Amino acid sequence: MSEADQVSRRELLRGLGISAALATSGAGLVTLEAAQHAHNAVAENKSAAKGEYTPKCFTAREFQTLRRLSDLIIPADDHSPGALEAGAAEWIDYMAGNSTELAQIFTGGFGWLDHHMQRLYGADFVDAKPADQIAMLDVIAFRKNETPENAEAVRFFSWVRNLVTDAYYTSPIGVKDLGYMGNTAVSEFHVPEEALQYALKRSPFA
Amino acid sequence: MLQVQGSPEVHDVVVIGSGAGGGTVVKVLTDLGVNVTLLEAGPMLNPIKDFKEHVWPYQVDHRGAGPHAERYFGKSPYGFGYFTAPAGNWTLDGEPYTVAEGSQFKWWRARIMGGRTNHYGRISLRFSDYDFKPYSFDGLGTDWPVSYDEMSPYYDKAEEFMGITGTREGLRTAPDGKFLPPIAPRVHETLIQKACQKLNMPCIPSRMAMLTKSIHGRAACHYCGQCGRGCQTASAFTSSQAMIFPAMKTGKLRVITGAMARELIADDRGRVTAVSYVEKATRAEKKIRCRAVVVAASACESARLLLNSTSPRFPNGLANESGMVGRNLTDTTGYDLSGYVPALANLPRHNCDGIGGMHVYMPWWLLDDKKKDFPRGYHIEVGGGFDMPELGHAHGREGYGVALKSKIREDYGAWVGFSGRGEMIPNASSYCEIDPATVDQWGIPVLRFHFRWSEHEIKQVRHMHDTFAAIIETMGGKVTGRRHPERGVDAISIGGEIIHEAGTVRMSDDSKQGPLNRWCQAHDVKNLFVADAAPFLGNPDKNVTLSIVALAWRTAEYLAEEMRKGNV
Repeated sequence: MSEADQVSRRELLRGLGISAALATSGAGLVTLEAAQHAHNAVAENKSAAKGEYTPKCFTAREFQTLRRLSDLIIPADDHSPGALEAGAAEWIDYMAGNSTELAQIFTGGFGWLDHHMQRLYGADFVDAKPADQIAMLDVIAFRKNETPENAEAVRFFSWVRNLVTDAYYTSPIGVKDLGYMGNTAVSEFHVPEEALQYALKRSPFA
Repeated sequence: MLQVQGSPEVHDVVVIGSGAGGGTVVKVLTDLGVNVTLLEAGPMLNPIKDFKEHVWPYQVDHRGAGPHAERYFGKSPYGFGYFTAPAGNWTLDGEPYTVAEGSQFKWWRARIMGGRTNHYGRISLRFSDYDFKPYSFDGLGTDWPVSYDEMSPYYDKAEEFMGITGTREGLRTAPDGKFLPPIAPRVHETLIQKACQKLNMPCIPSRMAMLTKSIHGRAACHYCGQCGRGCQTASAFTSSQAMIFPAMKTGKLRVITGAMARELIADDRGRVTAVSYVEKATRAEKKIRCRAVVVAASACESARLLLNSTSPRFPNGLANESGMVGRNLTDTTGYDLSGYVPALANLPRHNCDGIGGMHVYMPWWLLDDKKKDFPRGYHIEVGGGFDMPELGHAHGREGYGVALKSKIREDYGAWVGFSGRGEMIPNASSYCEIDPATVDQWGIPVLRFHFRWSEHEIKQVRHMHDTFAAIIETMGGKVTGRRHPERGVDAISIGGEIIHEAGTVRMSDDSKQGPLNRWCQAHDVKNLFVADAAPFLGNPDKNVTLSIVALAWRTAEYLAEEMRKGNV
């Protein structure tokens, strides 16, 4: 967490505290506003600091591989932007920079991937043709394809997929992709009739 | 030996522990004008700072994984996750416990003002009439010296004070109480209710300690579903916010935090005269004199304190002439199963946070069934809905690309989960004792656990599995979760894992059968009381907290009355 973010977070918590003290009766609506305000402030700080990202843990080439993998795992589609826009590679680089265990899983996996791409297609993963990259993923992205020779790569890909989806679905873009509408203060709980009827109609209780 | 510092002042009542039991005693006694000194082993709680309510994962750089990605390697320092209220962990630095060979036991300990009430599930179920008289009911276990009718007024007080949602149902297995309005079922919960209807099982509005209406100056719930993170507006019950903070304003309560109780000191007449504790900040041993002491440190920690309080008059530990301190340790059985429900795929999005946890539950429904092959029963807790996406949201998937992304979107909110929480019959193989070979960082001897599930619990958990699978299939769903009831005892949660430890300092009218009398007062030490789940004689399929509060309330009123009469 950067210094600026820490300040914002302190502000957020202070804001929550003040509203909590005021909200001795009725719903904590003020609390919500405080949270949202600080949340925006945090986001602004982050974008202000944005520029060309320099990886902190991986080499430039490893980072390019990670970006390409993240794009292949969660691409942009007509519904929402993908893992590239959500900064999944940057987050994984940040986490790997703080965990040698994680860093080794990724650097080891990148090594395996390039070695086998060279053998099969004569190019590292990032330089290979998209069709060849896809051909590789069609093997290592499925547990049913696991063999003693590629077991390490199947496990590695599972790690990449777990961390890419983690980064994506905990990002504002991913939250929006799923359509999660909570984490907010409301004065009453209400289930929309449309949603209820949708499920009932498709259930054995129709 | 550390120098022991004492002061000549005599405190009226010293309460040890600030969870559900200690908080209740503090509240009731200070309301009655009694001066109380509260010892808490952890720090003061600061909800503003300590509760991560409404924080999105992306507002934290590691998003909940831990600064060194600990979560990915099973080494999370946060117990139930980074965002959960700080209410302890399975391990505490410098405070070990041991488990005897052949046993498995997990012990969740809190070290903070309010204890485990800061994070708990807040399911609030009264014990039934037969739960207080289990031996009379089916010949197993031991009857309590207290009946449901005696407890009922205290359940009323506890419910009216804490604020419990619910509806009057007239079920013997789920006695009705003083309820706040219930909360509407979520979409998946309506499907579960319909499935239960088909299967002839009750599925009723949940009974939870969250305020669907503002009471006692606490704000009504704002339905963010994050009660486990701690609630800034105290709309979810905690002993810290609802009991101890208000008591601090009365001027009747003195709080000493960072105070690890070492032993209770008794005189030759068999009365506690002082409490000795370690001031953690300085590691100095302090002593405070008292008229009466209430031990409310959690069932096992309370037993430990009594067992460690030895003297020539009490060589086996204080209040342990019966030898029963540490015995009859129980937890709740746990078994989980999840399923995928196609009718919920691509469900139109809406905010279904509601109150934290379930809005409906299934109380035990086969009390009078003669065909089942195990005694007593269990209740069922349900999960599902559009949860806030957190780390792990899409783990365990296959493939990649648009297909993966669309599937994750389609499946969001389409899983349901069931957790059985069942009664364990006390057995002679489950107990805690002092480990003669191990001490904690202050030199206080630690507990060693012995624990065994019996055939009763193994059969009960098999029944849970079949029931949950039937519900999932009746909903048109498919079982996806763990499915190995055939593993027998290994299919049950580990002892202690459900965090409902009880029974280690039990009540009995016969001083040879239990250390405490029917008022949770020690038979041999009249100014010593216990106010947590330690006095319980059984551990019914109803989460312990509401009963801890009700029993502690009764104990505190009795203590105040005895003090007024000059008996204590």
